[in-house]
Amino acid sequence: MVKRIVVGAHYGLRDWIGQRATAIFMVIYTVIFALNALMLPEMSYEAWSGMFAGGFLGFLTFLFFLALFYHAWIGVRDIFMDYIKPTGIRLALHVVVLFLLVGYAGWAAQILWRL
Amino acid sequence: MSEATVRKQRPKFLALNEIRLPLPGIVSILHRVSGAGLFLFLPFLLYLFDRSVGSPESFAAYKSVVSNPFIKLILFGLLWAYLHHFCAGIRFLLLDLHKGLELEAARKSSRIVLIVSIALTLVIGVKLW
Repeated sequence: MVKRIVVGAHYGLRDWIGQRATAIFMVIYTVIFALNALMLPEMSYEAWSGMFAGGFLGFLTFLFFLALFYHAWIGVRDIFMDYIKPTGIRLALHVVVLFLLVGYAGWAAQILWRL
Repeated sequence: MSEATVRKQRPKFLALNEIRLPLPGIVSILHRVSGAGLFLFLPFLLYLFDRSVGSPESFAAYKSVVSNPFIKLILFGLLWAYLHHFCAGIRFLLLDLHKGLELEAARKSSRIVLIVSIALTLVIGVKLW
């Protein structure tokens, strides 16, 4: 008989689903972005920045950044859980990555809001 | 709580230089490597995006940065990382849905992932730069 102590109800399920949900969103966004970029008349500043200025693609682009940072958080956390054994160091790295990603989200908002 | 330490003894073979990773294993580890690489270069990519949409002047500065051959090489690598992560990710999503779990199918799909991501990298990379 396998003796197993199950801790908690659904540890990790939320992140597992979050990782996949953000992945699917990013796949769809990538296709939409590529189509928009292909339809640009020319690669000028006006055309390129205009693509993200307000509108639907601007909205999706912000969501893409949020999805990307949440996805990156889960992935990097998994890498640290696999390779960094000392709990203190792993925890410190997790905090650093979290702060970085939240900062990136602010940066991305600032880039897109300015347009 | 001490019962939590009950574990099966499993054989270990971790001579990394002697392990010959099968194709699905290569796709898997490259998924991780490409993801880690993309994460590490996030600030650089955000910086480039910021410059490219900032103003006509910063757009010109962005253009001169990305025309540097060394930067081009890095971007080429990041483009591959994105596309590999993209293709391998779709494969993993299909595996989650129990599609292509058989050995032959899994080997075939991993070969497709490797080939398609490299082909797309070449096509897009050559078109962009």
